[in-house]
Amino acid sequence: MRPFDYHRSENAGDAVKAAAGDGALFIAGGTNLLDLMKLDLMTPSRLVDINRIGLNDVTQTEEGGLSIGALVTNSDCAADARIRKDYEVLSRAILAGASGQLRNKATTGGNLCQRTRCYYFYDPDMACNKRKPGSGCSAIGGANRIHAILGASDECIATYPGDMAVAMSALDAEVVIEGEGGETRTIPVRDFHRLPGDRPDQDNILEPGELITHVTLPAPAKGRHIYRKVRDRASYAFALVSVAAIVEMDAGRIASASLAFGGLAHKPWHDPAIEDLLTGEAPSEALFDKAADILLADAKGQGQNDFKIPLARRTLKAVLREATGERS
Amino acid sequence: MTRHLKMDEPATNRLLDKLPSRLTGAPMDRPDGPLKVSGTATYAHEWQLDGKVFGVLARAPVSKGKLVRIDKSAIENLPGVLGVFSEERFLRNPAQGMANEAPEQGVSEISYFGQPIALVVAETFEQARHGAHRLELVCEAASDGVFDPEANNIAPEKPEDDQLDQGDLDKAMAEAAYTVDSTYRTPSHNSAAMEPHCAIASWEGDQLTLYASYQMIKFNVNELADSVGIEPEKVRIVSPYVGGGFGSKLGIAPEAVSAAIAAKELGRPVCVTLTRQQVFENVMRRSESRQRLRLAADKDGKLTGLGHECRVSNLPGESFHEPVLQATHFIYGGDNRRLGMEVARLNRMCAGSVRAPGEAIGMQVLENAMDELAHTSGIDPVELRKRNIPDAHPEEGTPYSSRPFAEALDEGAKRFGWNKRNPKPGQQREGEWLIGMGMAAAARVNILMESKARVILKEDGKAIVETDMTDIGTGTYAILTQVCADMLGLEPENIETRLGDSNFPKASGSGGSFGAASSGSSVYLACLDIRAELARRLGCEESELQLDSGQARGGSKSGSLTGLLAGEAIEAEGHIEPGETKEKVKQATYGSYFAEVAVNAVTGETRVRRMLGVFGAGRILNRKTATSQCYGGMTWGIGMALHEAMEFDMRDGHVVNNDLAEYHIPVNLDVPQLDVVLLEERDDWASPIQAKGLGELGLCGAGAAITNAIFNATGVRVYDYPATLDKILDGLPELDMV
Repeated sequence: MRPFDYHRSENAGDAVKAAAGDGALFIAGGTNLLDLMKLDLMTPSRLVDINRIGLNDVTQTEEGGLSIGALVTNSDCAADARIRKDYEVLSRAILAGASGQLRNKATTGGNLCQRTRCYYFYDPDMACNKRKPGSGCSAIGGANRIHAILGASDECIATYPGDMAVAMSALDAEVVIEGEGGETRTIPVRDFHRLPGDRPDQDNILEPGELITHVTLPAPAKGRHIYRKVRDRASYAFALVSVAAIVEMDAGRIASASLAFGGLAHKPWHDPAIEDLLTGEAPSEALFDKAADILLADAKGQGQNDFKIPLARRTLKAVLREATGERS
Repeated sequence: MTRHLKMDEPATNRLLDKLPSRLTGAPMDRPDGPLKVSGTATYAHEWQLDGKVFGVLARAPVSKGKLVRIDKSAIENLPGVLGVFSEERFLRNPAQGMANEAPEQGVSEISYFGQPIALVVAETFEQARHGAHRLELVCEAASDGVFDPEANNIAPEKPEDDQLDQGDLDKAMAEAAYTVDSTYRTPSHNSAAMEPHCAIASWEGDQLTLYASYQMIKFNVNELADSVGIEPEKVRIVSPYVGGGFGSKLGIAPEAVSAAIAAKELGRPVCVTLTRQQVFENVMRRSESRQRLRLAADKDGKLTGLGHECRVSNLPGESFHEPVLQATHFIYGGDNRRLGMEVARLNRMCAGSVRAPGEAIGMQVLENAMDELAHTSGIDPVELRKRNIPDAHPEEGTPYSSRPFAEALDEGAKRFGWNKRNPKPGQQREGEWLIGMGMAAAARVNILMESKARVILKEDGKAIVETDMTDIGTGTYAILTQVCADMLGLEPENIETRLGDSNFPKASGSGGSFGAASSGSSVYLACLDIRAELARRLGCEESELQLDSGQARGGSKSGSLTGLLAGEAIEAEGHIEPGETKEKVKQATYGSYFAEVAVNAVTGETRVRRMLGVFGAGRILNRKTATSQCYGGMTWGIGMALHEAMEFDMRDGHVVNNDLAEYHIPVNLDVPQLDVVLLEERDDWASPIQAKGLGELGLCGAGAAITNAIFNATGVRVYDYPATLDKILDGLPELDMV
């Protein structure tokens, strides 16, 4: 761990000011950042501790939704009675991730900024365009069983590893961001994370020094909420494939569907074409297959992760079958 | 006083069954338990020594090549950095178990990615790690590294002492009613002990004390002395608590030697602890394996031929190879046998002992092949195994010592409800889940090792047990206390057992499942000597002596223990040695596993629903700690079947999943309630306390019960471990049918 300055802020305004300039990072739960610093993979010159700036409440919005403060822990968010009742997919997604201890520390804002679990990103002696732009991508042609099948580039095939953001993507949540001057901007969570392109070092659209203050959920979406996570062991493993689904049925037809996918790409994957296809249709295996066709039209395996393509198809179909009430 | 026994004859006396106190075998709590759960048991990293500083090892960034130079300029002025050490006494890799001498040394030749090359020492651990990250190791990479264990362009070695060709296997296969010819692959495993490897070296003049986490102290002393270049008499090793070993702490390792060298130079105690990533990169791995199994059986399922040929790997120059064939030699009959071993030389980290070396993967695969034979022949898997229990060792002709193999199979089948299994795969369905049952046999060689212990019966009638035996979580503190309590008629609270210090008599150490029976026997013998002295003082025959609750009786005589002691302690040393019984009979431990799994028909995810293990290992010394060992073994079995694999980058041989987030061991949710049955057994040939080794038996085939259950559930036979969902997906029913 490199030596660094430490500044503790008491409010958001102070925090964004303290984080201005090169090399500063915010620290909240530290469940990812501290590991990365110990391994010399992230080397901030300054840490701005935001644990005491407030932002740890879940409140009602005027639009009938909820505003989740950036410092609300994953445990508290998942356990919130309103979220459990009206945003079940979010609660389920959070509880599918990490461990109780980690969820007690991890925060809503921090979790959005969770970094990839690519083996080569985690090794300072390996080439990695995300960690060291221009150094190359060791995962291509290497050990890539856990890597992306959608939206990857020649520069990076890493995935976004989290669960919470996948559910937020299905919920069409928004991220509220405060800049150095105290100005705020609001970004759909679906646009918050980036595809790697030629800048895989940028996981998301945050500018240096910008602070996530809230995540806003729209008014509750009707329908059945499902979060299905497929992984290599029963708990405490990152998703190979995950599906967040909110599906409303009306008279035997799909009235609305909102879907997002984890484990497949550099960001939670959302494809409106799938939702357009499903809306208004009666559920059928053929329809579900078409949905999977759309999802996987451009899927590309890297060798070891080829299995994710049939796995994503099977998982999506099973989720749609469950969501539309047709059970095996 | 010394009582010595060489195990040349069976010990039919069974004294422990005749004593008034019958604590041995009881599920006594560990005396060290409260210390451990309250954080007051001192583990290696926790010794507080004045002036202690910290060292962090820096890794070779190439897989094969030469160290050209070390550029220290970037770190010389870093705060807290005290020095950079790198020299030819550094260890390339840990010593193999019982090596008793230094392993391969040197930093100029690089043999694998991550090899420790230098030690950066600083006032704090964080400063030292920072320095290790900043240090520049200039290396020249060679282009001829070998990373693929199955590369065909390099001829593997064939160790002469691990080949068998008996009869004519090809002919047996050609003439058999039923055959199996399958090739399986198992990956490398890391022990991943909870406590990372750590050593603190401290010098007083020319005397070196090492506070460390090791399993086999008497060997480690000689290995450390030889590595550093001093006399063994100048070395003391202190290792009273070990947070898991599983073979990964058998031999002296780079952290100890580098700490000793730096501490000497700096004149301060140096603590070197491996990071979790280094535990994966520098500690012994279990070799991956490719195993071809050939079984030939007659129409009744009786084996006429048995072939088991495998390839494992290791670094150049390492004598150890995974003894995959160990149990195959004796568990089943079949006159025509071919057992073969090949060793590929690779530029991967050293391969060595990892929990149940040999049987862990050898039995796993053999038991998969037996399941294939059962399926092919239509004979029930339990029955098939019973039909193939040989009367005498199929290669050596020797008889077996106590062998409750058939009993373990029958008992397990009865308790598990094996008769409810549908032998036809893919027949049981619960929603999305396919349900199946599988079973496998357990077998593990039994070993007795030379071991010594001192027992002091103090003036006040309390006792001290001293031996350099270690407790690696296995329960040594408990079982030695129990044996001593029974033999001297004392309450366990009045016995203090001291372990893990090279100043104490030299024990077997913990390894190969031999620690409990070997060190238990040494305590037993020391106590026998004390009993003889007490009988003499009381004036009775030794055989008449009864010790109970501080009172001695014999013939018509009686008296208090303290009265007999008369203000003078009695001290005795027990010394057990293996002898002719190991040649006269084949000694081994046996058992059975039964598992029920659910395989998700959509995703291929497997969940173990219930699992039973039935084990016979001679006298059980503590039913609680013994059962815990079996729980641990079966949990390893779940991991080996479903999760565990070191993933290597085939371009440079480095391990990519080098932390506990990505190297998957079973978590709580993966492990159902495990049931363990310990059979009542005495093996007089094994040791004077009739005990055999148990620790590793719990995983010697356990994984096969699970993968056999996957086959029963789905019809998918996994030939490439672990059975992650991608290996199962292709064989699942069409999705529309789900």
